[in-house]
Amino acid sequence: MNRTDNSTHVYRRVGQDLWQFIRSELKPKGKLLTPFNIISAPIILLGLVLIILRFAKGLGATTNLSQEFPWGIWIGFDVVTGVAFAAGAYIVTFMVYVLRMEKYHSIVRATVLNGFLAYVFYAGALTLDLGRPWKIVNPIIGNSFGVSSVLFLVAWHFLLYMMAQFIEFSPAVAEWLGLRKLRKILGSLTVGAVIFGICLSMLHQSGLGALFLLAPAKIHPLWYTEYIPVLFIVSSVFAGMSIVIIEGTISHKVFRHQISAEHHAKHMDIMVGLSRLAAAALFVYFFMKVLVLIHGMHWNELLTPMGYIYLVEVIGFVVLPFIIFVKGAQNRDRKLLLSAAIITAVGIIFNRLNVSVIAFKWYAPAHYIPSWIEIVITLAVVFGEIWAFRWVANRMPVFMASPGWVKHLDDGTEYPEPKGVLTGINAKTPGLQPVKIKE
Amino acid sequence: MQFTGAAAGASMLLGPKNAFSVAVKKDTSQQYAMLIDTTRCNGCQACERACSEKNGLPIPENKPEAGYERNTGPEALTVVNATETKNKGLIFSKTQCMHCEQPACVSACLVNAMYKTEEGPVIWQEDKCMGCRYCMIACPYDVPKFEYGSLNPKIRKCVMCYDRIGEGKMPACAEACPQEAILFGRRGNLLDIARKRIYDHPSEYVRYIYGENEVGGTNMLYLASVPFEQLGFRTDLGTTPYPEYTKTFLYSVPLALLLAPAFMLGLRQATKGKNDKD
Repeated sequence: MNRTDNSTHVYRRVGQDLWQFIRSELKPKGKLLTPFNIISAPIILLGLVLIILRFAKGLGATTNLSQEFPWGIWIGFDVVTGVAFAAGAYIVTFMVYVLRMEKYHSIVRATVLNGFLAYVFYAGALTLDLGRPWKIVNPIIGNSFGVSSVLFLVAWHFLLYMMAQFIEFSPAVAEWLGLRKLRKILGSLTVGAVIFGICLSMLHQSGLGALFLLAPAKIHPLWYTEYIPVLFIVSSVFAGMSIVIIEGTISHKVFRHQISAEHHAKHMDIMVGLSRLAAAALFVYFFMKVLVLIHGMHWNELLTPMGYIYLVEVIGFVVLPFIIFVKGAQNRDRKLLLSAAIITAVGIIFNRLNVSVIAFKWYAPAHYIPSWIEIVITLAVVFGEIWAFRWVANRMPVFMASPGWVKHLDDGTEYPEPKGVLTGINAKTPGLQPVKIKE
Repeated sequence: MQFTGAAAGASMLLGPKNAFSVAVKKDTSQQYAMLIDTTRCNGCQACERACSEKNGLPIPENKPEAGYERNTGPEALTVVNATETKNKGLIFSKTQCMHCEQPACVSACLVNAMYKTEEGPVIWQEDKCMGCRYCMIACPYDVPKFEYGSLNPKIRKCVMCYDRIGEGKMPACAEACPQEAILFGRRGNLLDIARKRIYDHPSEYVRYIYGENEVGGTNMLYLASVPFEQLGFRTDLGTTPYPEYTKTFLYSVPLALLLAPAFMLGLRQATKGKNDKD
């Protein structure tokens, strides 16, 4: 049986068994009644109902947004914070594909998947916030290019980066479906997509900060600085790292059975390496924060209520996690590293909300506080992303090893085709079994 | 890789030309503008009623009162406020869109829905707007208002009766004012008139034309008998046009798209080991 015949055979099987395949893949793979499911499922369901309500009743009836505060947590948390959390993808791909740090290769797929889903869900939540979402294609098509707008840049970069990340992840989809030819093509696109994606990431991570450059009279002077874009990109490094560490630690437990022994052994090394990087970024960020404070000469603001918030942010959520990261990396203490990562992640939420919501019009007598509907929908978006991540990780080679034929494909050697047996979809139980690669 | 280069090239070609043309200082003396003389206003609200009638909005029910601030909103594009002052008694001043020469809202808008016309007025185009409300974040005067209650929400703001100007008429508020407190005309002429009033009646005016240089200059100009901060005007906005604040960042975009891929490919080459294929 030659290769071409085999490929057409696979494509035909995809068509024939598609319905059966989809049905079987939609079935849950693990236990249904886990504590996480019991909490998250009702929130997702309630969130879906509330999303319908938001479109049926409008923004005024469902949110606490006002003429004074046009942006709330759907922008400040979902978009501005969510994108910072997704930064791990561009950093890890930079380390692996540009600097060739092979040590981190095993976490690339999980990180890219997490980044891609974060963009789909968090940035997708942007459509909830749009007052006229049926016009969402305007910045992409037609004669409506507002090229002098930072938001125009951010919108385009979201779109292009989602495509780049999908290309980066797509080999895993092809391996899952057993599409060898496609896997070969998609695999060859990875480095290009990675480099393009890193450029886009750097620009829109900083671009999200640059959005707020247009509000100099409305953002508290302790947060408003012409260096917001630089602060945003530096903080995206430790934001991304903290999420990779948290996700890595949880995945390591949840998907334990899928992870190869070799990867298990390296896991601590990877976590320590990432923690060192996070610590370095935190230090650089702290240094810049101090420079900006001195340069802006706003230290007299430090002893005001907003100043206390600023100090909590900088000392409690930058200096403190820096120290814990360094200590944890020295002692190779999993718990310390995880707690440092959690503090860092909370700090990023705090910082992004400070710039976009809390320090925005800090002088207003009645400040914006999100409605319960806004909070529930936001939680539903976060849980939805985790569900999607779990669904993919349980089916595609994210933590588990790629099917045997991939290694041959990469080496360019012929793979001895066992007759009638194909990994993936036309096997009796669809989905991939963990395969150990022997060197 | 070629794709990245092409994208960078495209943004070099497309971006800077359009993105930075706003920074060029234009001669605005021939643009339409309004001069609002707060020493002449008596708070009769004729402008508010004319505006509501013209735009199909409800007629305002409350009156300007000292110590109580009325705001523009989706149903009131202009409002008159009253301020009690020590030396000059009760002063009324009209609020609406300032029609900046280089508007923050226009540079914020990613779909060109907010648009600075050649004639001067800043208008909003319904068919383009996607309702992101970034214009509201950016506007230093908090002018654009959003119809939160509507399922087909619009951004509402004063557009200086752009359609009436096109028909050769003056804006509804200027036409309705019985006190001639609102003067409609060319910006250059109005600045001359404002200076002449200050020169002729130095005791009646402070020597300042609000809007001449604020945020790079606005097409709404104000005269007053007391310093403007006493009337609740924002005097801390500076004279830098708002698009300048994001200019440096936007400049760096084509540069980054051009240089970063080359830099990273170089790094990838430099870190290549013996066993690496490419």
